[in-house]
Amino acid sequence: MASDQSPAVLEIRDLRIEAKSSDHWSQIVRGVSLTLRKGEVLGLVGESGAGKSTVGLAALGYLRPGARASGGSVRLMGTELLAIPEEQRRRLRGTKVAYVAQSAQAAFNPVHRLMDQITLVAVDRGGLSRAEAEKRAVALFTALQLPDPQNFGARYPHQVSGGQLQRAMVAMAMICNPALIVFDEPTTALDVTTQVEVLISIRKVIAEFGVAAIYITHDLAVVAQIAHRVAVLRYGEVVEEAPIAAIMDHPEHPYTQSLWAVHEMPANDPETQETPRAPLLSVEGLGARFGTFEVLQDIDLRIGRGETVALVGESGSGKSTLGRVIAGLKAPSAGRALFDGAALPPKLRQRPLELLRRIQIIYQSADTALNPRQTVRAIVGRPLTLYQGLRGVAREKRLIELLRMVELDASHADRLPGQLSGGQKQRVAIARALAAEPELIICDEITSALDKVVQADVLRMMIGLKERLGVSYLFITHDLEVVRAIADRVVVMQHGRIVEQGEKGRVFAPPHEPYTGRLLASVPDMAVGWLDRIIAGRAA
Amino acid sequence: MDQSIDARPATPSRLTRARRLLATAPFTARLGMVLLAIYAFVAIFAPWIAPYGEVEVVSRIPFDGWSAEHLLGTDQLGRDFLSRLIFGARNSISIALVTTLISFGIGCLLGVFSALIGGFVDQAISRFVDALMSVPDLIFILMILSIFGNSIPNLILIIAVLTSTRFFRISRAAALNVASLDFVEAARVRGENLLWISVHEVFPNVLPLILSELGMRFCFIFLSIAALSFLGVGIQPPMAEWGSMVRDNAALINMGDITPLIPAASIALLAIAVNFVVDWLLNRVSGLNEEG
Repeated sequence: MASDQSPAVLEIRDLRIEAKSSDHWSQIVRGVSLTLRKGEVLGLVGESGAGKSTVGLAALGYLRPGARASGGSVRLMGTELLAIPEEQRRRLRGTKVAYVAQSAQAAFNPVHRLMDQITLVAVDRGGLSRAEAEKRAVALFTALQLPDPQNFGARYPHQVSGGQLQRAMVAMAMICNPALIVFDEPTTALDVTTQVEVLISIRKVIAEFGVAAIYITHDLAVVAQIAHRVAVLRYGEVVEEAPIAAIMDHPEHPYTQSLWAVHEMPANDPETQETPRAPLLSVEGLGARFGTFEVLQDIDLRIGRGETVALVGESGSGKSTLGRVIAGLKAPSAGRALFDGAALPPKLRQRPLELLRRIQIIYQSADTALNPRQTVRAIVGRPLTLYQGLRGVAREKRLIELLRMVELDASHADRLPGQLSGGQKQRVAIARALAAEPELIICDEITSALDKVVQADVLRMMIGLKERLGVSYLFITHDLEVVRAIADRVVVMQHGRIVEQGEKGRVFAPPHEPYTGRLLASVPDMAVGWLDRIIAGRAA
Repeated sequence: MDQSIDARPATPSRLTRARRLLATAPFTARLGMVLLAIYAFVAIFAPWIAPYGEVEVVSRIPFDGWSAEHLLGTDQLGRDFLSRLIFGARNSISIALVTTLISFGIGCLLGVFSALIGGFVDQAISRFVDALMSVPDLIFILMILSIFGNSIPNLILIIAVLTSTRFFRISRAAALNVASLDFVEAARVRGENLLWISVHEVFPNVLPLILSELGMRFCFIFLSIAALSFLGVGIQPPMAEWGSMVRDNAALINMGDITPLIPAASIALLAIAVNFVVDWLLNRVSGLNEEG
């Protein structure tokens, strides 16, 4: 690790950045100071809107359009970035400082080969010849453990996997041997099993090339594996900064402590029931296809009354499609489904209104699930009128009851979704589903767009509602922490098939089915040294 | 932006919002609005403003020059030119307005339906609309009017149908985007019918985009009517209409009199005023939306 005597690569002092919103400037970064030495990795942790990316980009001397620096200084190896002209700053980027974005898919141009894009800056501004740059790129591909490093660069972005593309982007950032790299949530868009590989590669090259790095993430477990020090940002201010071990052991600021909210939720104990639950939904031999591609095959699934079944799997495993088939949004190609003992018609149009009422969906993104031009009253009130024929005072009374159930109140009824926070929006979506008085609610990643504290609140509320109303949940998620907190039974999916299902305790305890084991092993622990153990385990 | 910050205060009243909106309008938009207000005033109060009747022959001298008695002189039949101009505003603007609204109704409803239903129905309607759009409007109108006869209801109907193709295209495109959003799917799963989804879920979200088109189409309809009248197949005499006033008095231009150009200028000014306002609305729609 870097000693305190080595000169600072990056020194940010009392940085203030303002952004223009509608007609006035508001401060989004309020006096942030950070120091970074050679070979050091600083984790920048915080929730959406905390100003992490803004600070990260400012370290590159870049401000987003509509933002301006109103004070402070950003010194990169002694050069004041805020004082030099834009042209000089531009020349530094890619050569002295580099950036790795969250989505490599969006960052690479799909019509050019990887090698051309990776070596572009090195040839253009880095003063390397094309042959030298390509040689360096191949060395980086090797260091990043990419397959077939000699020929990897000849491929187009769509010919490599998401994890490989993310590593290719790291290669692009490292090509000029920069002094500082900013990683902006580089693994957030990846599946957990892929995330581990990318994390291992990133850590390896940082150590090998001795570069200073800022690692931006909202995931404390990830930052614990990679950073030496962590700065926790909230509302554009650093609320806590400490070495990683210290912050993991004794988080001091209440806000930092709240990042453990979901992690610290008690795992619900599925009461061991002597008599099996009355089945609400049972699915047998279900299949579905897009064209000739089989997205679901041989799905057997049972959900009991008042039971929470968690459906886990990586992206592309078919878990969301299964939810859509049950909801009637996609017709199955094989198999049958029984709901409360009666056959469940495959198509939406064949289902009577009463049946539609009994199965409700809550979506991942409340932003698109709520009509932006309808008030909360119209959104939640509509099912009341449609299913129960409630109008006027009776409807209003029930509406307020529902809003209270989801921990909102009557004052929210007149608001538009745009005037609510992310957590409040998701609560409105939940209230809309509850308004139908359903027996089964399909929850499709309903907490993954929310911050940790809000996630914990929403999960706690969902557990309470289930106990009060006796409703069943099909909880589709990729987050095993959420599963631990809420599920009775777990169904693990891979490549459109169910690989394992059973009581949560049994699925999560060894011995594991191989894929489940790999999935569980890939989720970073909220502790320093987890990645070291993985690497050590592999070497052994 | 920040999830944990508590929500903004509730919606300010409509009046405050309208006033705030007006305060941020650029000079051109304000000018456009003032001009439109003047046009509307003249159109509504024409009988009280005009010094003489619409078809009243007030002078025995046709093409009389400007005088204190007849501010803009008289036309080819000895009617007061200023009075005809004022009544012309009333006729032209009201017909154009009705036509715009009808075409707006037909086009939007079909467009949103088409986007929501998709498949064969969408293809059939879209190709039919393409076929309609492939024939130049003016020629189409002339053809239809010569078959079904030349009356104001016919004129309104044919122009409305042709213009509705534009509304169809834009509302369909906008509705396609909205129809893929989760709240529309949620409404389907809830068991709502097509009409309800169109009117309550989709339409309010595509309206801002179409509103700007509305102003633009009004201009074009106005110009079509004027052009048709100028050709002699639009609004028929003795009804006053700006397009036909230009044609009827065109001979005066040869004598160095600019009077016939005044109705033409009125048309141009109205088109400019509407465009000023529409431009500003378009910018607001494409730029930052208040409701995010």
